[in-house]
Amino acid sequence: MTVIFEILSSAGMWEAVLRIATPLILGTLGVLLCERVGVLNLGVEGIMTFGAMIGWLTVYSGGDLWAGLAAAAGCGAVFGLLHAAMTVPLGLSQHVTGLGITLFASSVSYYIFRLAIPTATSPPTIEPFRPLPVPILSDIPFIGPVLFNQTAPTYLALALVAILAWVLYRTPLGLAVRMTGENPHAAEAQGIDPIRLRIVTIMVGSALMGVAGAFLTLAAFNSFFPTMIQGRGWICIALVVFALWRPGRALLGALLFAFFDAFQLRLQTVVDGVPYQIFLMLPYLLSILALVVMARRARVPQALMQPYRRGER
Amino acid sequence: MPTGAGVTRVLELVGITKRFGSTLANDNVSLHLERGEVIALLGENGAGKTTLMSILFGHYTADAGEVRVEGQALPRGKSRAAIQAGVGMVHQHFALAANLSVLENVVCGTEPLFRLRSSRATARARLLDLAARFGLPVDPDVRVATLSVGERQRVEILKALYNEARILILDEPTAVLTTQQAEQLFATLREMAEKGLSIIFISHKLQEVMSASDRVVVLRGGRVVAERTTKDTTKEELAELMVGRAVERPERPPARTGAIRLEAANLQVRGTGAAPLKGVSFCLHAGETLGIIGVSGNGQTTLAEVVSGLYPPDEGDLKIDGTPLLRHTVPDAIAAGIGRIPEDRHAEGILGDMATWENVVLERLWSPDFSRHGIVRRGAARQATRRILDDYDVRGARVDGRVRLLSGGNMQKLILGRVLEAGPAILVAAQPSRGLDEGAIAGVHRRLIEARDRGAAVLLISEDLDEVIALSDRICAIAGGRLSPAIPAERADARLLGLMMAGDWGAAGAIAEEAGTADAL
Amino acid sequence: MRFERREHASATLTILAPIGAIFAALVVAGVLIAIAGANAFEAYGLILRGAFGSRLGITETLTRATPLILTGLAAAVAFRARLWNIGGEGQFYIGALAITAFGVLPGFSNAPVPVAILACLIVGALAGALVLLVPVALKLRFGVDEVVTTLLLNFIAILFVSMMIEGPLKDPLAFGWPQSVPVPDAALLPQLIERSRLHAGLIIALALAVAIWWIQARTVFGMRSRATGLNARAAAFAGVPLGRTLTVVACLSGGLAGLAGAIEVMGVKGYVTTDLSPNYGYSGIVIAMLANLNPIGVIGAALFSAVMFVGADSMSRALGIPSFIADVTVALSLLTMLVALFLTQFRVRR
Repeated sequence: MTVIFEILSSAGMWEAVLRIATPLILGTLGVLLCERVGVLNLGVEGIMTFGAMIGWLTVYSGGDLWAGLAAAAGCGAVFGLLHAAMTVPLGLSQHVTGLGITLFASSVSYYIFRLAIPTATSPPTIEPFRPLPVPILSDIPFIGPVLFNQTAPTYLALALVAILAWVLYRTPLGLAVRMTGENPHAAEAQGIDPIRLRIVTIMVGSALMGVAGAFLTLAAFNSFFPTMIQGRGWICIALVVFALWRPGRALLGALLFAFFDAFQLRLQTVVDGVPYQIFLMLPYLLSILALVVMARRARVPQALMQPYRRGER
Repeated sequence: MPTGAGVTRVLELVGITKRFGSTLANDNVSLHLERGEVIALLGENGAGKTTLMSILFGHYTADAGEVRVEGQALPRGKSRAAIQAGVGMVHQHFALAANLSVLENVVCGTEPLFRLRSSRATARARLLDLAARFGLPVDPDVRVATLSVGERQRVEILKALYNEARILILDEPTAVLTTQQAEQLFATLREMAEKGLSIIFISHKLQEVMSASDRVVVLRGGRVVAERTTKDTTKEELAELMVGRAVERPERPPARTGAIRLEAANLQVRGTGAAPLKGVSFCLHAGETLGIIGVSGNGQTTLAEVVSGLYPPDEGDLKIDGTPLLRHTVPDAIAAGIGRIPEDRHAEGILGDMATWENVVLERLWSPDFSRHGIVRRGAARQATRRILDDYDVRGARVDGRVRLLSGGNMQKLILGRVLEAGPAILVAAQPSRGLDEGAIAGVHRRLIEARDRGAAVLLISEDLDEVIALSDRICAIAGGRLSPAIPAERADARLLGLMMAGDWGAAGAIAEEAGTADAL
Repeated sequence: MRFERREHASATLTILAPIGAIFAALVVAGVLIAIAGANAFEAYGLILRGAFGSRLGITETLTRATPLILTGLAAAVAFRARLWNIGGEGQFYIGALAITAFGVLPGFSNAPVPVAILACLIVGALAGALVLLVPVALKLRFGVDEVVTTLLLNFIAILFVSMMIEGPLKDPLAFGWPQSVPVPDAALLPQLIERSRLHAGLIIALALAVAIWWIQARTVFGMRSRATGLNARAAAFAGVPLGRTLTVVACLSGGLAGLAGAIEVMGVKGYVTTDLSPNYGYSGIVIAMLANLNPIGVIGAALFSAVMFVGADSMSRALGIPSFIADVTVALSLLTMLVALFLTQFRVRR
C-alpha cells in the first residue's frame, strides 16, 4: 500500500502522465475528427508510424524540431488524402482501406528509414524537445512541475483540445462537419459539399495523427525504431468510442489511460513475481474494457462508415 | 417570354433530359410556375417526378436542358445556387440529422463556414419569428430524434423558409401523414401561397391533387403528358392520364370465411429499436383478408416482424389453428405455415448479389427438400426456381443470375412465388405493392386475392388506403402500438380511415359493434 | 467526374482486376526503388530469380506460401461473412504456442506419429478459434466492433507468448534465449522434398483451400455465411441464425489462423519465438482481398506474396535495397486491388 502511495504522490509520475497522454490526445483528436465527419480511419497506426519516422528523419538530417512536426503533419495529411480519396468519392470499404493505409504507411516508413540508416546496430538519436517551464507557474509546488514543465507539443495538444471543441460546437464549420457525419444528404441539401468537407476534414485529422507519431520520436524518445507505435493508433480508435466522440472526454480518456500506463510502469519496478508482460498487456485490456463499457451508451455519428454517393440513397 | 415588369413567372424548366444508364428518367420535360401558384406534379412511381425535382435542386446534373429562376439560368449541379436563388426543397426522406437540435438543423449551411462563432441568438430569434408567422410551432433546442414525423416535416419547411425560399418544392409531403394532418399541411401551404410563395408538390394521390393545387402537371414515363387547370379536370381524367390507360381493379369475389387460423392475443413489444406494440389482439380467419392501415412508425412493422418470426413478443402469444407458437423463429413460423412478404424488398426480401435460386431457397434451407446432411440440394433448388420463374412470370431472371438486376415488380413476383409455392395457410403481406407501377400492382393484388380464395388467411399491412380497401374484408388501423376495432371493408372511406389512423376510434367502434366484426376475444 | 454502377460485372474485368492491381503496385514500388538509386527492372528481375531461379528459391517460396495460404483463408472466410477478423496475427501465435504446450504433456512423446500430428493440428486450430471467439462474443453480446478488439488482441496474444516462453514454456537448453520448448519429434511434419524446408503443411493448406471453397459453395452453412456477409438484415429475414453463423465462421477463421501457426512450428521452426511470424496474419488480409475472397484465388495471391518476400531478401542482398520493399509492394497491392475492384463495379463518366 505504501508503495502505491509513494508512486501516486511523486510529481514525476504525474508529469509522466501528461507526457504519455500527449500522443494519445493528438491521435484521438485526429480519429475523432475523421469519425465526426463520417469516416473511420484505421490508417491511424500507420500514419503515426510514418509521422514518427519522418519527424525524426527531418531533425536527424539537420531540420528544426518544429520542421520535424510540420513534416509529420504534412505527410499525415497526404496519407489522409489517400484514405479520403478512396473512401469518400469512391466509397470503398473504410475498414479495408484504412488497414491498407496502415500496412502501406508503416512499411514505407521502415523502407525509408532503412534507406537513410542502412546499417546501425543501435538507432541514432537526435536532440529532442526540452521541457519548457512556464515562468512563475512552474514554481508552484507539485502542480508546477506536473502541468507547467512540459514540452511545447504537450501544450499544443492541450490547446488543440479546446480549439477543436470550440470549432466543433461553436462555429458554422464545426456544425457542417457534424451534420455531414450525421447525415450527408441533409448537409448537401443545405448547400454543403459533403465530399469536399469529408476529404479536407480527414486530411486535417490525419495531420494530427502524424504529429502524434512525431511526438514519440521528437519529445518522448529521441530515436526511431520499427514497431515503436505499439498499437497506440488502435488505442486511439478505442478512446474515441470511450470519449463518445467529444474532444473534452477524449482528453479525459487519454489522461486516464496514460495514468494507468505510467502507474503500471512504476509498479513493474517495485512488484516482484509478476511477469512484466502482464503490465504491458494492461493498456490493451483496458481499451477493450472501455469499448465494452461504452458500446451501448455510444451515440455514434449516424453516417459513420456510410459512403456518400451523390444521387444514391 | 419570362421578361416584363414584376415577373410573375418565377420558375421555368426547359427541355430537361436525364438518363441513368439505359433508362431515360426525364425526357425533354418543360414546365413553369407562377408567383403565388400551387402546382401538383402528378405521376406514378418511376414517372420521373423526383428525378426532375432533384435536377431543379442541383442534386443531379441534367444531360440537357435548363433551369431558370426568375429569368436567370441556374448553374448545373449546384444545390447552393438553387438555395441562393430562393428554391427550397422538402424531401420525402427528411434531410435532417437526428442527433442535432432543430436550430442546428435549420442554421447549418446558412452562415459562411469560416467564422469564429456562429450567431445562435439571432438565428433562434429569426426561426421563432418564422415559426410564428407561418403557423409552424417548434422548439428550437430539442434533438430532432425526439420529434414526431409531422414535427420533422415542419422543421423541413422551416429550413426552406429560413433560407428565404420563394419557391417551395415538396416531395410526396403526405406520405407519412394521416388524412387530417395532410389537410392541415395543405391549409398551411395555401396560406403561404397567398403570402407570395410559389409551391410545387409531388404526389401520386389524386384526392389531394384535386383539393390542394391550382394546376396539375402529369408526368408519365419521364415525359410531361398533360397539363390541366385543376378546376377544369376530374379525378378520373387525371387517373387515366397518369396511368395511360383506364385502371382496372381486380374482381374480388366475396369472402368465404372459415375457421380461425391465426389468433394474436395481447402482443406486446417494448422494443428499443422497433416501434412498440402495446397489447395487440386480433383473429384472422381462413379465407379472409384483414387489412391493417396506419401511418408509418405506429407499430405495423413490429407487428409484421413478430408474426414473421423475426423476434418474440415480450408478452402475449400467437396461436395458429388454436396451438400457441412456442418458439418465435423464422423456421418455426414458416413450418407453422406462415408465408412472409417483407416490407422492404431490397433490404429484407432479397439478397441482390446472390443467385436467383439461392434467393428462392434461402428461407427454406432447413427443409429436407432443399438440403441433406448440411449440403444444399442444388438440383432441387434450381428446379423449384425454374418452376417459379415460369409460373409467376418473373421476367429477366435467370436461375443462376443475380437478382440485383431485376425490376421491382419482378423482384416482388419472385418473392410472391417463393412464398406462395410453399402453400402457406397464413400470409403476412407488408406493403406488398410499395414502389411498384400500376401493372405490377395489379399482378400482386391478383395473387393475394387468389391466395385468399384458396383459403389462406391474409394479413395485409399497408399504408395505401386504396389498396387496403380494394383487397380487405375487414380493416383495422394501428396507432401508437394499439389496434382499432375492425370495420367491414365496405363501410370504409378515406375520412373514416383517416380518423382511425389518427387513433380516433369512436366511429369505427360503433360500426364494428353494429357489423359484429369487432373481434372481441 | 462521376461514377456509374455497371449493370453487369464482366468476367474479364473480374479476372483482370488482381493482375492490374499487382501491376500498379509494382509500378509504384518501382518508383520507390528508383528513388533509392537502383534500376527497378533489375530489382524485379532479381526478385524473380531469387524466388524461382533455383531449387532452393522455389522450395523456399512454397514454404513461405504455406502459412500465407492459411492466414489468407482465415481472412477470406471471415470477410465473406463480414466478420472483420484482423486478429490473424494473434491467432497464429496462440495456435503455435498451444501445440508446444500440448507437446509437453506426459505421454505425448510415445504417441504414434499420425496421432501426434493430427492431435497437434486440432489443438492449434482450437486455440486459434478460441482467441477469435472472445471478440465475436463481445460483438454479439455487447455490440463491440470486432475490428479494434481483434487488433488489440494481437498485442495481448504476442505478450502472452512472450510471457510463456520466458516462463513456464521456456526452453532450458536455449542458452537463455527466449524461445519455447521444442515440439516433440513425433509431431513434426514430414518433408516433401529432400534437403529443403518444404513440408507437408503445403498439402494441408492446398487441401483446405479446396475444402473451404466447397463449404462456401455447396453447404447450407456456406450459403448462410455468404448471405450474412452480403446483407445481414435480409439473411435474418430468411431465418439465418446470425449469431450462430458468425460463431461458426469465427471458429473456422480463427482455426485456420491458429492452424497456420501450428503448421509453421511443426513444419519449419520446431519451437516458438516472438519473431515466428513476419506479419503472416496481416499479410493474410491482403491476400484475401487480392483473391477477392475466393478460397482458390487465395493460393495464387499467397504465392505472389511469397515470391515478393523470398525474392526481396535475395534482391536486397544484391542491390542494397531494403527488403521492406516487399512489404511495401504487398500493402500497395491491397490498395490498388480495392480500386481495381471498384472499377469492375463502376464505370467512370465525365
